[in-house]
This record gives sequence, C-alpha cells and structure tokens, in this order.
Amino acid sequence: MPVPIEYYLVLSAFMFFTGVAGVLTRRNAIVVFMSVELMLNSANLSLVTFSSYLGNPAGQLFVFFVMTVAAAEAAVGLAIIIALFRNKLTMNIDEINILKW
Amino acid sequence: MTQYIYLTVLLPFLGFLINGIFGSRIKNEKIIGIIGSGTIGLSFLVAVGAFIQTLGLPVENRKTIVTLFNWIQVGGLNVNVAYQVDQLSLVMALIVTGVGFIIHVYSIGYMHGDKSFWRFFSYLNLFIFAMMNLILGDNFVLLFLGWEGVGLCSYLLIGFWYDRKFEKGTTGDAAKKAFIVNRIGDFGFLLGMFLIFMTFGSLNFSEVFSRAATFNIPVSVFNFIALFLFIGATGKSAQIPLYIWLPDAMAGPTPVSALIHAATMVTAGVYMVARCSIIFASAPSIMILIAIVGALTALFAASIGLVQNDIKKVLAYSTVSQLGYMFLALGVGAFTAGIFHVMTHAFFKALLFLGAGSVIHSMHDEQDIQHYGGLKKYMPRTAMTFLIAALAISGIPPLSGFFSKDDILWNAFANGGFILWLIGAVTALLTAFYMFRLYFLTFEGKARFGHDKHPHESPALMTIPLMVLAVLSAIGGFIGIPALFSGEGGNRFENWLEPVFKSASFKVATEGIYSSFDEILLMVLTVAGAALAIYFARYIYLKNPQFALNTSRKFKGLYNLLLNKYFVDEFYNAAVVTPILKSSDNFLWRIADVKIIDGVVNGTASLIESISGKIRKMQTGVTQVYAVVMMLGIVIALFWIILSL
Amino acid sequence: MSIELILFIIFGLVAAVSGILMITRSNPVMSALFLILNFGSLAGLYITLNAQFIAVAEVIVYAGAIMVLFLFVIMLLRPEHEKLAFKIPGIKTFSIIIAIMVFFQLAYMIFFAHPGSIIKPDVAASIKAGTVETIGRELFTNYVLPFEAAGYLLLAATIGAVVLAKKKFV
Repeated sequence: MPVPIEYYLVLSAFMFFTGVAGVLTRRNAIVVFMSVELMLNSANLSLVTFSSYLGNPAGQLFVFFVMTVAAAEAAVGLAIIIALFRNKLTMNIDEINILKW
Repeated sequence: MTQYIYLTVLLPFLGFLINGIFGSRIKNEKIIGIIGSGTIGLSFLVAVGAFIQTLGLPVENRKTIVTLFNWIQVGGLNVNVAYQVDQLSLVMALIVTGVGFIIHVYSIGYMHGDKSFWRFFSYLNLFIFAMMNLILGDNFVLLFLGWEGVGLCSYLLIGFWYDRKFEKGTTGDAAKKAFIVNRIGDFGFLLGMFLIFMTFGSLNFSEVFSRAATFNIPVSVFNFIALFLFIGATGKSAQIPLYIWLPDAMAGPTPVSALIHAATMVTAGVYMVARCSIIFASAPSIMILIAIVGALTALFAASIGLVQNDIKKVLAYSTVSQLGYMFLALGVGAFTAGIFHVMTHAFFKALLFLGAGSVIHSMHDEQDIQHYGGLKKYMPRTAMTFLIAALAISGIPPLSGFFSKDDILWNAFANGGFILWLIGAVTALLTAFYMFRLYFLTFEGKARFGHDKHPHESPALMTIPLMVLAVLSAIGGFIGIPALFSGEGGNRFENWLEPVFKSASFKVATEGIYSSFDEILLMVLTVAGAALAIYFARYIYLKNPQFALNTSRKFKGLYNLLLNKYFVDEFYNAAVVTPILKSSDNFLWRIADVKIIDGVVNGTASLIESISGKIRKMQTGVTQVYAVVMMLGIVIALFWIILSL
Repeated sequence: MSIELILFIIFGLVAAVSGILMITRSNPVMSALFLILNFGSLAGLYITLNAQFIAVAEVIVYAGAIMVLFLFVIMLLRPEHEKLAFKIPGIKTFSIIIAIMVFFQLAYMIFFAHPGSIIKPDVAASIKAGTVETIGRELFTNYVLPFEAAGYLLLAATIGAVVLAKKKFV
C-alpha cells in the first residue's frame, strides 16, 4: 500500500518546526539563514506531495520557481551579511541592535 | 430726502474710516477737522431735509421706513437693517447731528496741538455713527447695536489721554468703569429683548408695538419687560443705581463730556423708554418706579453737586440730576415733556460743558473752582454764554429750560402727585443754587489764582459754537410753549410728537381736574424759588464768602457726606467689586485654572509620556525578538483557524 | 511493509534528524554539512514521489550551488564558534515553546482535514507529471510569463549581490 499522504505532510511540518526553532534561537546570522532555507524546503516538500498525489504538474512548477527565488535570496542575503560583517566585524544578530530604543 | 436717511449713518462711518486709516499721515489738522466735522454737517443737512419733507406729509403718514438689506433671518427671527423716519427719530436726529456738528467744530480749536488729533475725530465720528443707528433703527437689534457702539466709543473717548493720571487711578480706569457699569445695564436690556421676542415673536418696532397694543398679554409680562428695559436705561442714562460712571467719565476731554455725557449718549435711555412707550404704559407699576427713581436721582445728584469743587464734576452731577428729571417725566406718562427736556438740556448742558472747556483751556488745565475767580474780564464771551446757559438750566423764563422744566413739573403734579412735584421743585431750587455758585465763583469776584496763569479769551473756533448754542438755549424753548400761552395751536412740540405716543397715552391716566390757574400758580412758585436761590448764591459767594465756610464747618458731617458723594463708590467697591476680584483670584484662578485645567492638560501629557516610556522598551533592536513576536502572532492565527474548523 | 514505506521511513528519518542536528551545532561548518545531508534526503523523497526533475534540480541548485555559496561565505568570514548563550533571558525557551506549538497546530490540522480520504493517489498520472517533458512543456507554454520574470529576478539578484559585496560603494 502506498504511503498515506499525511505522513509526508507531517514530515513537512516537522521540518518547518525545526526551521522556526533555528531562526528564533541561533545567534549566528549564517545559521539563521540556513534555517530559513530549511523552512523553504519543507514547503517545497508539501507542494511536491500534493502534486504527486493529485497528478497535477502545477505543484512541481511552483517548486521550480520557489527554488529560483530561494537561490536569488540566498545570494543577496549573503552579500548583505558580508557587507554587515565588514562594518561591524560580528556575525551575531543580537549585537546588531542599532534600532534599539 | 427721507429715502436717503441712511446717509446720516453712512457719512459719519466714512469719516471714521478716513480719519482712522489715513489720519496719522495727514499732518494738517485743518483737513482732519474738516473731514470730521463735514460729515456730521452733511448728515445734519440730510436730517433737515427729511424733516422738511416729513412736515409736508399728512399726520397719519409721517412714519417712513427705509430698508437697506435683510440682516438676520433665522427661524422666527427676521431682522432688517432698516431705518425708521418718524417724528421722534427726526427730533433726536436733528439734536444729535446739530449739536454734534457744533461740538465737532469746537473740538478743532480745543484739541489743537494734541498728538492724536486724528484719533479723536475718528472716534467722534464713530460715536455719531453708532448713535444714529441707535435712534434711527427700526428694530431692537439695530438699537442695541447702536447702544453697545456708543458704550464702546464712550470707553475709547474717556480713556483718550490714556497716559494721564486721574484721581486715584488712570483715565483707563475711568473708561473701564464706564464700560463695565454700562455692561451691567446692557445685560438687563438684553433680558428685556429676549422677553420681548418670546412674548411678541418679533423684534421689529412696528410689529411689537402693534401687538402690544392689541394682544391680550398679562400685566406681569409687561412688568418684567419694562423692568429689564429700564435697568438698561439706568445704566446708559446714569440713574440710581448705575450712575457712578458718569462723574468718573469727566476724565475725558471736555468736548467728549459735552457731546456724549450731556447731549447725546446719556439720552439714549430716555429715547428708548419713549420709543417703547406702549410697553411701559402697559406696566403701570414700573412707570411709578421710573418716576420715583428719576425724582430721587434728581434730588440726590443735585445735593452732591452743591459742594463739589471741580468744575466738571459739578456739571456731571448736574447732568445726572437733569436726566432724573427726564425719567420723572417719562414715569408720569409725559413722554413729550421728557423728549422736550432732552432737546433743551442738549443745548444748555453742551453750552455749559463747552464753556467750562474754554475756561479749563485758558487756565492751562486747572479745574478747581477754588482757584478761579474774576474771569469775566478776561473771557467776556465765555462768561456771557455761560451765564445764559446757567439761567436756562435754572428755569428762568423766557429761556428754553423754563418751558421744558415747567412742562415736567406740571405733569408730575397732575399725574404723579404732590410728593413728586415737591421733590422736583426742591431739586430745581438746588439746581439754580449750585449752578450760580459755579458761575459766581468762576467768573465774578476777586481773582484767586496765582500770577503764573494768564487767562485769555479762546479763539473764534471755540467761541462761535458757544454763541450758537447760547442762541439756541435762549429761544429753543418757544417751540414748546404750553397750551396755556400759545392759544389755538396748543403745544407745537407736543402736537408734533403726539402720534408717536398715541397708543401709550390711552393707557396713561391723564390730567383731569386741575385748572390752568393751578398751572400758573406752580409756574410762579418755581420761578420765584429759583430767583431766590440765585440771589442767595450771589449773596454767599460774592458778598459774604465767610458764610459758606462757617456753614460747612457747622454741618461738618453733612458736608463731608456730600463732598464724598455719599460714599457710594466706596460701598460698591466693598460690596461688589472686591468680593468678585477676591473670589476670582482665589477660586477661579488658583484652583480652577491652575489646578484643574492645567492639571488635566499637563496630566494627560505626562500620562502619555509615562506610558510611552514603558512601551518603548519593546524595541530591543534584536531581530530575533521581533521574529518571536511574529511567530506568536502566527500561532494565535492558527489557533483561530483551528477553533473555527 | 511495501518498499515505498520503507524508503519513506529511511529518507524521512534522515531528513528529520539532520534538520535537528543542523540547528544545534555550534560550528557553522557542521551546520552547513548537515543541511547538505538534509537536502540529499529530500531529493530521495522526491524520487519516491515520482518527481524526477525536481529531485535533480534540488541536488544541483540547492545542495550544489546554494550550499556551496554558504560554505564559501563561512570560510571567507570565519565566524567564531557560537557560545550558546542568549542575552535576553527566557527568550530561548519561549521561542522553542512557540515553535513546538506551531508544529502541533499544523499536525492537528493535517489530521483533522483527513486528506487521505479525499485524495486517492493516482500513480500513473503522477509518473507522467513528474517527467522532464511535462514540466518543460508546461513551463514554456502555460507558465512562460513567470519563467521570464524569474529570469529578470535572477538578473536583479546578481547585480544586487555584486553591488552589495563590493569594498567601496561606487
């Protein structure tokens, strides 16, 4: 018997939870970024699951574009981190608090 | 010309604007004076034209209303800017513009050299504008506009020399007193207006008076309306209890005292009562009150005037006293007699004030009559005109004052009773006495001034108005010769004004059983008494000055009481003014303003400050904290979705 | 116990565990490596779902390009090992609690919606849908506009990254 769809979806949710915990907890900016990528991938998994079980390629096309955007975002985000590191010489997010009251 | 009656209002206003805006730049006093007096002169000509035109109309049609535009139209209230040309308003218009013109010409000479010459004339023109609105308006609102306007101009002109000291304060204090006391009266007037609108549904004279005559309205309503209107009149026309501002108003220049506080503004109350005669006639108890207040004021003020030493103060109290006479006349139903006295009083009182101004001017602002004496040989024309005016006010025939005062006294006796006549007669004696005390101490006898003063006759610009007024004071009374003497025509003045008071005179008890013999008897009595008083004054102040001194020492208490004006001002100060000032200071300022209002405003600000001080700590600047909050929001949203599934 | 289930369990377990491990390492290089492992297992999962193109694209783009970029930046900037302390007390536990709550909510919704009863797996169609031809055809006919827009997006990202990372802003 094929795998019930709920299993894939729960796995996707678990990966999402992991990503959220990483974003909220870690101090290193690059690790936070990687957690964001993890969250994106969990969404991708859901999309592909539904596309496969419904037989509709639209979901996979969506995943295609999500990957494109994630790549672009990663590039720009890392460039920002480099620029930030040059000014502040730190990679810890909680030391970048210029907007503090 | 009647259709152009609004010019009498518009021209002075133009004069006010021109002199007010450009006056400081026009360096030539003559031009300012010509503009100022010319507008009033033109207004006088328009009034004369309207008068002649109205004379030609049949008696029933003598009321013309010239409407300019619709002013207020709100709900049931419909008020036009419209002027009513009838016999009463024509008489008043002629007096105001005529005497006003004379005084304007006099002021050109009197105010010569003053640094605010232009301001004086612009204020004077503004005053005439307001006064004309008052007497020509055909509804209560326009009358009230003029009422307030003359009060304002009185304030501006009393405090004209704003940097001068006056008695215990400054001229500004005197001006404020005039305005504030007037305001108290105006409040009564406003209440009367409100009641009138409530009762009759309109504020237009024609509508109100025709309804008052025909509708069935309880007497108590009339009583209240009349009472409130009369309170307004006591404020404006200086009767008890609101007369206190008039003596202090002498702080202003003398032409102001002549124009405003003798001839025109103070007669506004008399005019108003006469205009609303039907309302007052329907409230008999208030009429009695008016007569009593008038008579008492006359006596009271005359007694104070007996011992005053400032020439203008004597004349001020004399004005209050004569106004009392006018109200006495109105109170007993003799409306025409009251208006007649307004006219003659305007002549001789303006003349007295202008003459006093001439003396003050030549004695370099010395106003104490104890430092005058023997001025007749230095200022013959002033002395002669002053003498004529003094004779007129004392009621010596055939000068104008005799006719008007006698008219009043006869009506007081016939309609009001013996006591009122007696008070009036005694006041007449006192009037003659103090007026001639003033004359003898100023112009006759030995000179009591030092060698530093060089009195001289005033220039022609000042003496010609004096002479014009003297002629008017002398012959002006013949227009109102009582029916006794003039035969077929009757009293011409009375006949002219009669249609205005027709509906009111139906309600007033008329003279009945007294014969003409009684009238002549009373006349002779009062004239004889006045002549005796004059002779007595001559005896004391010319031949035997020691007598006056001895009397004042023997009756020291009474003398002090009179000299200090019965301590009325001090009483008002203690009873009314000081408590209000104290409570305003202690309660309204310290508590209401500082603690409550400031507390609320400042408190709100500091409350917001403290709240925001706590809220700003939420901005930590750390991105992850923001992310946590966002996730929290997502959790809550998901909860919502779950709960609604 | 069909082969699909076994495959799913293997790949799923690897993905989950590598995810957990990724966020708990103090060495960022280790985190990156575990993420690569995660992506690899995800690619496996995609294969079991008949999404061939996506699986390959995942390996090439994500594991091959993006993660390599990450590793480059980590090597370039050499961040120190993170001390697992947090300056604001209590935030850490609070955020973990929130994350757990999100997970349970999502799981509840999934089981409540019971998609299994509605959606019957269509194997033939899913095989056909995952092939390169299908995806290519869809991409160039029905979805050509987003395709071109994605091209522009990548251009903009490239320029942006170059400008941002320069030593001096020209």
